[in-house]
Amino acid sequence: MIMKKYLFIITALLLAVMLLGTVATAEEKKQEAKKPAVSSANVFNRLLKKEKTKNAAPAEDGIHDVENDNTHALQPPLIAYEGLPTTEFGNYVDWVKALNDGLLKPRYDLADPAVQPLIMDLDIVREVKASLPDVVFPHKPHTQWLHCSNCHPKIFAPQKNANVMSMSAILLGQKCGVCHGKVSFPVTTATCKKCHSKAKPADWTPPQSEASVKTPWR
Amino acid sequence: MFRSVIIGLLSVVAVLILPPSAKAEYADVVINNYADAAGMRPVVFPHWYHRIRFRCKVCHADLGFEFKAGGNKITMAKIIDGQFCGACHNGEISWSVENCGMCHSGIPGTPTSIHGSTVQRLVAPTYKALEEKEKAKEKEKETEKQKEKVPQK
Repeated sequence: MIMKKYLFIITALLLAVMLLGTVATAEEKKQEAKKPAVSSANVFNRLLKKEKTKNAAPAEDGIHDVENDNTHALQPPLIAYEGLPTTEFGNYVDWVKALNDGLLKPRYDLADPAVQPLIMDLDIVREVKASLPDVVFPHKPHTQWLHCSNCHPKIFAPQKNANVMSMSAILLGQKCGVCHGKVSFPVTTATCKKCHSKAKPADWTPPQSEASVKTPWR
Repeated sequence: MFRSVIIGLLSVVAVLILPPSAKAEYADVVINNYADAAGMRPVVFPHWYHRIRFRCKVCHADLGFEFKAGGNKITMAKIIDGQFCGACHNGEISWSVENCGMCHSGIPGTPTSIHGSTVQRLVAPTYKALEEKEKAKEKEKETEKQKEKVPQK
């Protein structure tokens, strides 16, 4: 008898909950019907995709196959980066500083760890037409990693005023963009001033475009 | 109640089924010149791991690697002959080629590309539009040629 009572109460409760649920959903539907359909194109910052995970492990990085057993044997980058100076872009590691601080000892020769790099300390200043600070190209950090033949003469003619370049060319992977934006620090608003580092002279004024000189606005 | 549960389940399923957005390490190179066609997973080359041990010069000057993803046309035959990766991955400086899955570890069908590159991060891929424009031009030319051919018959 007691069992039957309990069963009755439980079924009654269940029924009540279900009824409430249906009533609630009906109300929700009414509310939804009241709201006009708004375009999803109006979401805030539609095209800004922020990276949520920095230095993901191979199994979670979206390009390694999880079903491949060896994927799980590969080293996660964060283990290797421990103790290295950090940045806000690229691998989030300041490779040049790490090398200068002696935290890394990458070989300059395939087999012989004693071979020393051929370092050239020469800064090249490139005047920029626009109002941005002029570019200073330091040979030193580049020759610490690379050999002259990596850039000269194929990418850059070793001659003053012989290399025409623009930011759009760099962004699309030419000139500096052969490495910067792929392996070495990328081109972002956080890195503009790493290259554009020499302030314009105090009397500098931006050149006027020909069209506005010919036909002034007044 | 049930609807929200169903929506929740669906979203979980969607997350599992949809391809995960690539958040690969900056400068990881996927090389898929021949791998897919040969029934192997594409190769993933971690730049960061190698630059800790070698300066750029070793591979890009001494070993002749071009500065272009997929631009070196590396094959297993060349590696076994001691070219490209085979200069180190020979059981002497680093582990040897029998560890297939250590390099061939990419998700099948992943195209050759360098991950996290500035070009990849451009919001509107102008470079692709250019390629498509060229293709459209070629198509137009072909259709014109076909039109020219038809009246001759």
